[in-house]
Amino acid sequence: MIDIPELALVALVGISGSGKSTFARDHFAPTQVLSSDYFRGLVADDENDQSASADAFDVLHYVAGKRLKAGRLTVVDATNLQSHARAGLVKVAREHDVLPVAIVLDVPEALAWERTQGRPDRTFGRQVLTRMHRDLRRSLGQLAREGFRKVHVLRGPDEIAGATFRYEKLFNDKRELTGPFDIIGDVHGCHAELVELLTTLGYAVTADNAVHPEGRTAVFVGDLVDRGPDSPGVLRLVMGMVKAGTALCVPGNHEQKLARKLNGRTVQLTHGLPETLAQLEEQTPEFVQDVRTFIDGLVSHYVLDDGRLVVAHAGLKEPYHGRASGRVRSFALYGGTTGETDEYGLPVRYPWARDYRGSAAVVYGHTPTPVPEWINNTICLDTGCVFGGKLTALRWPSRELVSVPAAKEYYAPARPLVPAEPRPDDSLDLADVTGRRHLDYGYGRTTVAAENAAAALEVMSRFALDPRTLVWLPPTMAPCSTASVEGYLEHPSTAFADMRGAGVTTVVCEEKHMGSRAVVRVSRDGSGDAIWTRTGRPFFDSARNDALLDRVRAAAVSAGVLDEGGLLLDTELLPWSAKAGGLIRERYASVGAAGRAALPAALSVVERASARGLDVAALHDRLALRSQEVSDFSDSYRIYAQPAEVTIAPFAVLAAPGVSHKDKDHGWHLGIADKLVEADRTLFTPTRRMVVDLSDPAAEQAATQWWLDLTAGGGEGMVVKPYAGLGATDAKGRLVQPGVKCRGREYLRIIYGPEYTRPEQLERLRQRNLGRKRGLALREHGLGLAALDRLAEGAALWRVHELVFAILAAESEPVDPRL
Amino acid sequence: MLLTVTTTHRPATDLGYLLVKHPDRTHAFDVPTGTAHVLFPDAADDRCTAALLLEVDPQRLGGGRQQAAPDSFTLGQFVNDRPYAASSLLASALAKVFRSALRGESRDRPELAGTPIPLEIHVPVLRCKGDPAELFEPLGWTATARPIPLDDVPDDHPLAGNSVYVDLTLTGTLRLADALNHLYVLLPVLDDAKHYWVAPDEIDKLLRAGSGWLADHPAKVLIARRYLAHRRSLAASALDQLTPDRSDTVDVAEDAAPDEEAELPVVRKQPLAEQRRDAVLAALADSGATRVLDLGCGGGALLGALLKDKRYTEIVGTDVSSRALDLAHKRLHLDRLPERQQGRIKVWQSALTYRDDRLKGFDAAVLMEVIEHVDLPRLPALEESVFGHARPATVIVTTPNAEYNVLYEGLTGMRHSDHRFEWSRADFSAWADRTAAAHGYRVALHGVGESDESLGSPTQMAVFTREDS
Repeated sequence: MIDIPELALVALVGISGSGKSTFARDHFAPTQVLSSDYFRGLVADDENDQSASADAFDVLHYVAGKRLKAGRLTVVDATNLQSHARAGLVKVAREHDVLPVAIVLDVPEALAWERTQGRPDRTFGRQVLTRMHRDLRRSLGQLAREGFRKVHVLRGPDEIAGATFRYEKLFNDKRELTGPFDIIGDVHGCHAELVELLTTLGYAVTADNAVHPEGRTAVFVGDLVDRGPDSPGVLRLVMGMVKAGTALCVPGNHEQKLARKLNGRTVQLTHGLPETLAQLEEQTPEFVQDVRTFIDGLVSHYVLDDGRLVVAHAGLKEPYHGRASGRVRSFALYGGTTGETDEYGLPVRYPWARDYRGSAAVVYGHTPTPVPEWINNTICLDTGCVFGGKLTALRWPSRELVSVPAAKEYYAPARPLVPAEPRPDDSLDLADVTGRRHLDYGYGRTTVAAENAAAALEVMSRFALDPRTLVWLPPTMAPCSTASVEGYLEHPSTAFADMRGAGVTTVVCEEKHMGSRAVVRVSRDGSGDAIWTRTGRPFFDSARNDALLDRVRAAAVSAGVLDEGGLLLDTELLPWSAKAGGLIRERYASVGAAGRAALPAALSVVERASARGLDVAALHDRLALRSQEVSDFSDSYRIYAQPAEVTIAPFAVLAAPGVSHKDKDHGWHLGIADKLVEADRTLFTPTRRMVVDLSDPAAEQAATQWWLDLTAGGGEGMVVKPYAGLGATDAKGRLVQPGVKCRGREYLRIIYGPEYTRPEQLERLRQRNLGRKRGLALREHGLGLAALDRLAEGAALWRVHELVFAILAAESEPVDPRL
Repeated sequence: MLLTVTTTHRPATDLGYLLVKHPDRTHAFDVPTGTAHVLFPDAADDRCTAALLLEVDPQRLGGGRQQAAPDSFTLGQFVNDRPYAASSLLASALAKVFRSALRGESRDRPELAGTPIPLEIHVPVLRCKGDPAELFEPLGWTATARPIPLDDVPDDHPLAGNSVYVDLTLTGTLRLADALNHLYVLLPVLDDAKHYWVAPDEIDKLLRAGSGWLADHPAKVLIARRYLAHRRSLAASALDQLTPDRSDTVDVAEDAAPDEEAELPVVRKQPLAEQRRDAVLAALADSGATRVLDLGCGGGALLGALLKDKRYTEIVGTDVSSRALDLAHKRLHLDRLPERQQGRIKVWQSALTYRDDRLKGFDAAVLMEVIEHVDLPRLPALEESVFGHARPATVIVTTPNAEYNVLYEGLTGMRHSDHRFEWSRADFSAWADRTAAAHGYRVALHGVGESDESLGSPTQMAVFTREDS
């Protein structure tokens, strides 16, 4: 029985004719076996061309490296009799933090010679085999020293034929454990706080165990000991829990050092170790012995929950997940360092989390930080309890943070507690926004594709406003589900059904102004005031912007709605032609002009032909219909091209420093909008609206009639929003669409073309797919809400900007522009 | 979309023989974009009119090869003028429906097919870029193009003014085949937008339809380029074949990627772009730099020069525009460079308003005609990322001298549509001093290009040197 790790680099060692290939074939899948003969053939068309060996091994090592990187067991079928050949394999294994294993096939030289002679492609003489055999004898004693962690020697053909394998999982592989978990940050001897935290989390705590009634598992990120008042108490509890199976624990650097001390090694008595040693003095020798055994048995990190979660004391970069080597252990215990020290004499840590792009969440401790923050799907839970901070737990998979405050400062920190990566407040780094990025924004998670980020970077840096100003971008809005009402593509009935389906009971229907979405930011002192488009660009030249903003500010002051923090408004800027004048002229009016000139000319030709007695009645009817459609189409865009002053229709108040208004209902939002309208009726356009109780068919009927009246004259339609406000959620607590648009029948001509109302075209358009648009709308909405939350918290610029940037990047996704 | 052909040749109804369509019947043909009808609204002895009416099926427009086109996800696919205005769709239909007439063949009236006859062509709605007379009159036509207003509104209305369409009437005495060939080539040329992907076989189509008239047409370069949808290599090849001795033909390749100065009237002999590049290269050589950044490298004009100079061991070009980077990649043949060269040069996307760690540790950075493309309020972010964060020992910045602009005849506003500002010498000097002081640099200012006594040089250059270097 041969035990090998599930992930290993297995080197077969044996002379020519020892049966390596047969052995490999019997025990491993063909793709797992890399044979030097095969690679010689690959590079030289001849498996026996020894002059090609160097190149063949290059390629073999390269392929082995790719397999190991991907975590696949790899077997190398070569003689591997020379130490330099084996050194190459050990190197590849180490590069990927995989254990090298040697399996030696030791057969009598005579048997090997007999087999070799039976193979027509082997032409070397007996003396070659003799030399090989001598090399093998010499090798046997060297393998372990060369770095092979396991060496199995199979002697004679019988032992070789009878061999069986057993695969061992790596100790860190606990993917089968799916929790739920409560991952607990650095305790440092704070026993009272630990008991309180466990109790808060719902555990029944005794001196040496804690059990959760729902079978939850606690996971300790290490640094249980040192500095704090009761390290033995913490150890007793955690050791008991691990023994009882109610907890897992990875070692911290403090456990490591304690174990070295207990094992009789010389260590510096600093960083709170003396306190622990003194406390252990009062414990029984048996307990101290248990502690030693416990720490020695700890595994550097765990991969949990089907690979979705990795716990390590100081974090772990992605290539090290599930690997075992000295440097993996060292990284897990101490983190990467840059080799420099800071002004407090402490090592400067390598910010691996900033570069982390893995899909597994990495939860760790080690570096005290005031507030745990997700950075690229990693989070540090050390909230400096022993320094008077908090003891924090992360609930998995819900990702909820639970913490209890420290009773006091037990130990003075060597350096003040600062966020893991202190950043100048208003400088932005390219790495904050570019490349493929994972974002966990609190309302969900998303991945920004690198190419979308590249497109957004160009817009953001060439055309958009200063990121300090640009704190929010409006999300795209999905249309309501496609209607089956005859003659209509969109209809209120499906808009209401959509909202009802999302668990919304009351909606507000707001008139959809046909203009350009505009975000307006004003403050009392005028600093940072701006008005910007959906893509973050200023609307007009700065003089015109300023004049407009002055009027908004004056109106807001006189309406009494501009308090200290300022006002961030979501609005529509009218008329549409103010920004889209070129589009209306070049696209819509051009098509209309061409149609209105071409169709009468064609009709006249057909009529003259008809007068000559030709049968063109059907053609005439089709042209006449087209002519009518073009006329309707022209009416649809003409109403947006009337000469008009610029006005603003506000409909939501987003946030101010210190407060996000996402929980206010739309009655509140529209109330502020109404006050602005009252204050300046020429600057602001009111938004007509109707609140509808979705359980009342009569109210729904009335709203439908209202929509029909609104759109009969070509009005764009309405937006149906959950009355509860921007932060409305469904029964499961997930965000619902902040609104769905329901566009008028005539208006849609300028979107779908003059002829879209023909039954066969409508039928085709009803196949439109809304899924992508809806997903995008919801994601952008969540990102925007998160940006408002962070703005309200006073978060660093880059934390707001990365979300705003992600909204812009999402806009690069290909979505049917007609939706 | 519609065109009519009228003749007053007697008997006018012979037009039916030439077109191989009986005037007393209606004819319908299925074409890829819909149905083409031919009918005769007039068919008397003294006057006969044939109408080609293409009934476009909008559902067919989106299909086929167009689906794969990169901009197929635009609204224009669904709301467009193709069903109404004459365009390449009509030209294609014409070629299909009147095939033998286009070749000048007629079984029933062979002689008439070879004889010029009085013709009147009417295209009621033609999307028209440029003056149709310039294209048709050298061919013997009298052209009348009546602009079609955008809408029936007063002059001060947002929709006032003319549309891009004209109502075109051509009169002349020509062979019908010539007339049809002229239309076949020139309708898409005037429209300047092909409805299909232009493949190399279009050259043959152009040469066939243009045989006998295109080679001597004064606007043949324009015609070839537009017909071949601005694919320069195709146009060059077509012109080559039109005029085997090319010594007197225009080099079509010379308008490769419009340089900024292309928008400017030429006032000096050595192009300013070259003088500026030389000045930057000289300053760079003076600095002793070997590892250099070209920030805002655009299409790679400077990178090419740096690559030729062996003193530069590491050259990095950055730009925020992926398109510019693609162009630089192509122009410098980055994927075909010899190995040693390939190791010397890289191009990356980067934005100067963000800090970029990759730009640290270089000897010198060049910002050639870059800062004026950044909004003034964002300039401090650029200063921070270049002078504060990347901190090369030398930074070379060039930008236009706004004072000089008055010397460009006909220039109103700024030199390029994307310039966010253009500075006087005093403006630039103040900025350079302030930036140098804030970040620990010394700065020296230079003029580039022929200097005017009172207005200075067209380009101004600042060379910043880090104090501790």
